[in-house]
Amino acid sequence: MLCQECGKRPATLHFTKIINGDKNEFHICESCARERGEGLPGSPNGFSIHSLLSGLMDFDPAGKGSLQGQTPAPPPRCEECGLTYPQFKKLGRFGCSSCYKHFGDRLDPLFKRVHGSTAHVGKIPQRSGGRIKTRREIDRLRQEMQSSIQNEEFETAAKLRDEIRLLEKQLQSAEPG
Amino acid sequence: MAAGRFAQNALSEWMKGEGPDSDIVFSSRVRVARNLKGFPFPILATGQHAAEVKNKLIAVAKEGKLDAVGTFETVDLAELSELERRVLVEKHLISPALAGESRAGAVVVSDNEAISIMINEEDHLRIQCLYPGFQVQEAWRLASRIDDIYEEATEYAFDEKRGFLTSCPTNVGTGIRASVMMHLPALVMTQQINRILSAITQVGLAVRGLYGEGSEALGNLFQISNQITLGQSEDEIIDNLHGVVRQIIEHEKAARQRLLQESRLRLEDRVKRSYGILSHAAIMDSKESAQRLSDVRLGIDLGLIGHVSPQVMNELMVMTQPGFLQQAFEEKMNTEQRDMRRAELIRGQLASRSQDGGAYE
Repeated sequence: MLCQECGKRPATLHFTKIINGDKNEFHICESCARERGEGLPGSPNGFSIHSLLSGLMDFDPAGKGSLQGQTPAPPPRCEECGLTYPQFKKLGRFGCSSCYKHFGDRLDPLFKRVHGSTAHVGKIPQRSGGRIKTRREIDRLRQEMQSSIQNEEFETAAKLRDEIRLLEKQLQSAEPG
Repeated sequence: MAAGRFAQNALSEWMKGEGPDSDIVFSSRVRVARNLKGFPFPILATGQHAAEVKNKLIAVAKEGKLDAVGTFETVDLAELSELERRVLVEKHLISPALAGESRAGAVVVSDNEAISIMINEEDHLRIQCLYPGFQVQEAWRLASRIDDIYEEATEYAFDEKRGFLTSCPTNVGTGIRASVMMHLPALVMTQQINRILSAITQVGLAVRGLYGEGSEALGNLFQISNQITLGQSEDEIIDNLHGVVRQIIEHEKAARQRLLQESRLRLEDRVKRSYGILSHAAIMDSKESAQRLSDVRLGIDLGLIGHVSPQVMNELMVMTQPGFLQQAFEEKMNTEQRDMRRAELIRGQLASRSQDGGAYE
């Protein structure tokens, strides 16, 4: 059968469209199908990033087969939007921002595979950001203090300790209640 | 209608500007994904949630908070015909996802079309900035500025450990996707492209065709973007892309020079043949037109074709897309009619826009 659009190439795509009860049959070739714009440019043709992702999310540790006689724990579920972890795996997308919290550390291997990392180091929102910046600064100072202690530079370490205490006080006083 | 303007011209105002390395890098783009705290992501949002998110985000522009950045117009996706949406996709003003599946979708577009802010796409907010030529850093700075404005006016979903929370795990963290559109005909002709593309994917970058995910690399156009959004700062991401693209530019330049030195006549024959076909053909399918336009653009960049402006070629790349053609001729067309119209449009453009009326050097 030849393509009903161009009449030149053999039809390789056969489908029936039913819109409001109107049934239409189509027999077209691939290049006409692409041209017709069945779907928009760039719309994934069957193999999307999301289906690829769900392949990456099977992280039940190998060889840890289920223990006999025990009922398996119910799958984790986001308390906010109700999305379960298996649903997330299938969709390849989170349902809401709380999913991140409710699926928790279970997501680490996924992020590790996709990004090679599990923690954000970039931009921080200005508004809630002040506290986060202070906390990051404290972390940094703690590391510095540790290495000072290891190098037996106790005076520097003491100075750092005081700085850390000051920042921690700031954090506490900023906390509501 | 308001959106009519954005769907009418093939070339956005911003494209007319000159950019660095614009003989190889056509455009640079940065997209920032953000979500509002307390609302489910669009994929699970109810109609009411989606409408609320839309109103909140549109208000930011309406209240004049973006005035310092430019003049903006808000377009409701529901008010656009399918064809108009398609044209906006072909111009890269909106994504295929926003055009296709969004509920309560909207886009806030700047006057020169360099900034488009998509609402209720895969994420609540997607800020996109486009620059001509190789200007990823500039694009990021502008996007970040707009991001700050929205952050002040709304409350983002942010987590101390994971960063900006997005619907898809591939965007979490910084939420930025920086990309450049590169024209690499010489690397394709000299068959170095596959080696280079596979090297690119090894350093955390991705390569796609002209219209993003799943699209073919027509006309030797390749979109190169960062893949990683978590665990690297925005500056690291931008610098990494910048460094790699700089190297690809050098490779492409070297390949072009080698072609000129080793097979100038054959190259000249090829680009002028393509020019001749584009100027006279009566039927032109999209694949052939993309390839021939790429040839002619290369010819212009190498000084082998002297009288056509490189801009015409960029414009034709967009104008020959199916949606744009239908819009231009105001009729529904089947493939064959479209190929005819495409040929007609290219002939017309080349004749009227050639700088000396079309005569050869």
